[in-house]
Amino acid sequence: MKIHEYQAKKFFSDFGIPVEKYKLCMSSSEAVNAWNEFQKEKVVVKAQVLTGGRGKAGGVKLAKSEAEVKAYAQSILGMDIKGYTVEKVIVSEAVNIESEYYVSFVIDRNTKSVLLMMSPDGGMDIEAVAKYTPDRIYKFSIDPLIGLPDYLARKYAFSMFSEIGQVNQFAAILQNLYRLFIEKDASLTEINPLVRTTEGNLIAIDAKMTFDDNALFRHPDVVALFEPTAEEKVETEAKEKGFSYVHLGGEIGCMVNGAGLAMATMDMIKLYGGSPANFLDIGGSSNPQKVINAMKLLLNDKQVKVVLINIFGGITRCDDVAKGLITAFEELNTTVPVVVRLTGTNEKEGREMLKGTLLLSAETMSEATQLAVKITQQPLKV
Amino acid sequence: MSILINKDTRLIVQGITGRDGGFHTEKMKAYGTNVVGGTSPGKGGTTVHGLPVFNTVYEAVETTRANTSVIFVPARFAADSIMEAADAGIQQIICITEGIPTVDVVKAHRFVKERGATLIGPNCPGLVTPDESLVGILPGHIFKKGHVGVLSRSGTLTYEVVYHLTAAGMGQSTAVGMGGDPVVGLYFRDILERFEKDPDTHAIVMIGEIGGNAEELAAEYIRQHVTKSVVAFIAGQSAPPGKQMGHAGAIISSGSGTAAEKIAALEAAGVKVAKEPGEIPRLL
Repeated sequence: MKIHEYQAKKFFSDFGIPVEKYKLCMSSSEAVNAWNEFQKEKVVVKAQVLTGGRGKAGGVKLAKSEAEVKAYAQSILGMDIKGYTVEKVIVSEAVNIESEYYVSFVIDRNTKSVLLMMSPDGGMDIEAVAKYTPDRIYKFSIDPLIGLPDYLARKYAFSMFSEIGQVNQFAAILQNLYRLFIEKDASLTEINPLVRTTEGNLIAIDAKMTFDDNALFRHPDVVALFEPTAEEKVETEAKEKGFSYVHLGGEIGCMVNGAGLAMATMDMIKLYGGSPANFLDIGGSSNPQKVINAMKLLLNDKQVKVVLINIFGGITRCDDVAKGLITAFEELNTTVPVVVRLTGTNEKEGREMLKGTLLLSAETMSEATQLAVKITQQPLKV
Repeated sequence: MSILINKDTRLIVQGITGRDGGFHTEKMKAYGTNVVGGTSPGKGGTTVHGLPVFNTVYEAVETTRANTSVIFVPARFAADSIMEAADAGIQQIICITEGIPTVDVVKAHRFVKERGATLIGPNCPGLVTPDESLVGILPGHIFKKGHVGVLSRSGTLTYEVVYHLTAAGMGQSTAVGMGGDPVVGLYFRDILERFEKDPDTHAIVMIGEIGGNAEELAAEYIRQHVTKSVVAFIAGQSAPPGKQMGHAGAIISSGSGTAAEKIAALEAAGVKVAKEPGEIPRLL
């Protein structure tokens, strides 16, 4: 789960990481009020959207007068950045930047640990730094059993700074950022850039946090910040019913048990020249109610011309799955053609039961996929 | 021979009194796995499917001499169960539970290593050495004893692949579901190393998916250290970036972790990559 910069900055302040003064504004008049309150020579007006690339899109502007603040806030509010409409901006005090740095903590799959990443080349796209000048990124794995004690924080800080005042400031930021990561179950805490001001202070002028969805159950304060897009709303609703669903926009609705098999099903649809409408993993069991809920979800998508059900009957027997499907479809009464592929225990019995119903049965994944693709190409009356 | 589990596996089930724990205990026993007991705090002294239930893993190990455990404990307690097993002297810990917070897994994994044990999963279907031992939730009847080692990040996709292998007369030495989370225990490299050393494994099938770069690292490992023939399948070629595809670990982030990159790396290492699961037996 992602949150906005202003929300991440609130967490930063709560955990003792210095940020500049800022105010959240929903309108240009609020932005003007913030300008008047700050009484500074310059401020930054920044779009608050849940995507990157705000600067490039013109969503971050330096303003030096009330008129500029008003004009920028007006132009940024309502702006579209990568499909997200800007509904909020922050007005923040512009600081006197001497140099910019990069710091983050992230889960690293390979070392199976939290990884500290730092670079003296802050303010830039860190992926580009990693690609073109990898020696400018310093990485350290954190041992979860000891965390980040003073001596380690100091050691890492000395790789970025030499002056002891800054080393101490930076070490404290590292420790606080790590503590924030662990205590809030983040999957990323990132400062890009962390700046050194001409006055010699280190300040986080941007803040990025994403959270581990698996841990949201123990962080109601984080869940409260969730602002789902229309697409995410559908995905969240599906999740509440025990499904993993991702909308893809094609014509063949898929219902599969298991995430890997569901991905493989989408891939195979593409391989045979069709377009998958979605990813849908209905999980282990396939009781009638689950099938009904899943079908309703698929049929809400008006682009779906055919539904492909791909079930590998492992522990669940295929004849039980067939029985469930028949019950479900008696209730559903849909005109959308449905191709069912059943493999596993009692598959022959299962397929036999589907004969004489409107459900088209197939033996293998490729057979089922090809049939579904054919139906989208030359609609079949069933 | 085989890897990780065999006839000498003495298994306890952590969370044996739960619905899933109880259900799969019965299935594993029926398969022939040597299940010696289970744990459930507060239910010590009772029995489930004729097996003794203990309050702690310590008691279970002391009484049954268990060397392996499988975990069906709910997500918020599962990482703690992993640590308890490791501390009690269990050598192989297989965690089926899905949805454990990642920082908990990071800590538990580190502790397991400290204790000299190994972890498989979490969020995995378990593993099977056909005709000897099945640990987890895999459907036993689709497997057949033989010489193909299978390793995978997925559950049902593994069954799909194994189904094709068995139908083609190609039995398996051991099949391991490694789990679909970003942080799991034994991974491609660890399992490949074991299959390479196992005289009973003659060829290897690896099933990967989008997210992370473990398949690329595996490709490099295969190029340098694996002499046996390897066939791969990578799921998620049609997955959009930035979207989690069911498994917590199956996500293309910042343009990396795509299926195309993984396939290219594997092919460059001489691994044959199947276009669809049904093609795998032909490529072996």
